[in-house]
Amino acid sequence: MSIDRGNAVISLRDVHKSFGEMAVLKGVDLDVFKGENVVVLGRSGSGKSVLIKIIVGLLLPDRGTVRVLGCAVGSLDTRELQQLRSKIGFSFQSSALYDGMNVRANLEFPLVRNKRNLTRKEIDEAVAQVLDDVGLSQTINQMPSELSGGQKKRIGIARTLILHPDIMLYDEPTAGLDPVTSEEINDLINEVQQRYNSSAVIITHDLTCARFTGDRVVMLSEGKFIRQGSFDEVFNTDDTRVQDFYNYNFITKA
Amino acid sequence: MKAFLLRMYDIYEFLLRFYKEAFLPPYEYKEIINQFFDVGIRSLSIISLTGFITGMVFTKQSRSSLAEFGATSWLPSLMAIAIIRALAPLVTALIVAGKVGSHIGAELGSMKVTEQIEAMEVSSTNPFKFLIVSRVLATTCMVPILAAYMGLVAMLGAYVNVHFNEETSFTTFFQAAFVRITFIDIAVLVLKSAVYGFTIGFTGCFNGYYADHGTVGVGRAANTSVVISMFLIFVEEMLIVQLVHSYLH
Repeated sequence: MSIDRGNAVISLRDVHKSFGEMAVLKGVDLDVFKGENVVVLGRSGSGKSVLIKIIVGLLLPDRGTVRVLGCAVGSLDTRELQQLRSKIGFSFQSSALYDGMNVRANLEFPLVRNKRNLTRKEIDEAVAQVLDDVGLSQTINQMPSELSGGQKKRIGIARTLILHPDIMLYDEPTAGLDPVTSEEINDLINEVQQRYNSSAVIITHDLTCARFTGDRVVMLSEGKFIRQGSFDEVFNTDDTRVQDFYNYNFITKA
Repeated sequence: MKAFLLRMYDIYEFLLRFYKEAFLPPYEYKEIINQFFDVGIRSLSIISLTGFITGMVFTKQSRSSLAEFGATSWLPSLMAIAIIRALAPLVTALIVAGKVGSHIGAELGSMKVTEQIEAMEVSSTNPFKFLIVSRVLATTCMVPILAAYMGLVAMLGAYVNVHFNEETSFTTFFQAAFVRITFIDIAVLVLKSAVYGFTIGFTGCFNGYYADHGTVGVGRAANTSVVISMFLIFVEEMLIVQLVHSYLH
């Protein structure tokens, strides 16, 4: 799918965020274009998750502007924010499946909350479709506790896909998964981009995930983006912060 | 001291938000009904059993004292007063605090630390309305119903004891029992049970919603919910009894 460089679906300008004395983001600028998968790389605690929570309005920046699909996130009222969020899919690091609901109810939840006039047949079809997309049709009546880590991730992604979002936000999609399952999740992220014509911000510290899913990679360190470009462009540098990160990943994988 | 004051401010804010979200539409009817059913049904068996035993045991304990004055015929009315005015609402509230309050604290705490509440928020759902308002309303409305039910079951327990000792008939027992019970007694039972129910729901939700520090925080939320609710129920009982005796009796 081609990237529309003239159409930024996410635009961050000079975003700052602190928690108490600790400054997490220190003036971040980022544009994500229509159809583009942007990977944000960085060490644990570097503020990657804070960044996507700011994009979806779960956290407000202390300073700077965040525009998503043309809307200034900080100035939206509750209803407008809910409408915007219905166009954004958020895949959580922990999958965040509702423990008290089976897979079917988990998938139905965002659908019935956002589209209240759907018939039972339409809901069933939508659930069957997204389950088929993530290759887990057989789990429809299972509880989250009965699923493996990889299956939970897939169902978490399916739950966001059911509303056909324009933007996908993935928080550590491959964290805690074995290499084979990680590869399946990477493939799924690319499939989602192709099938749903969506843009994505992928937060990760997994270089394999970054290499295979990112059209563009940005590296976050000490609250600022220090490198961006293709995967090879980002790591073709003498910057010790980038090299250390690369070598650490390489050694860990090895 | 600073931490205590900050906590008090959090409670104040949580309370204000509760009233705002509870009265402003849209209303989460389906979830409220689910929670009504959940709170009521989940506690029914233990309430029945405890109520029956409470009625039987208190009757047995009271008999010997009344027998000294040859006043065992007062047992039905004495038990009715004790059960309706004090035991039914108090014991029901304590059981619901232990069973439902801890469940709410643990459930919401677990949802908080596993990002399920945030997931709900990004699914365009107001988690406060969906999770908090529905649970607090459910406990506030269901505890009075459960307390009234426990009152009846406890009276049944008292009747069984009296019947096997004095061979009193069912009709005679209940006629004697309810002759001393007034509309005010029933109204106070309902009102104070509603206060206890609100306390249980609110305490469980507050502790669960603000849970942190992973699984340790979940356990702490469940434990704190029960301990604080039970303590507050006793404080409220003391205050309500003082008020009722000052103004109504």
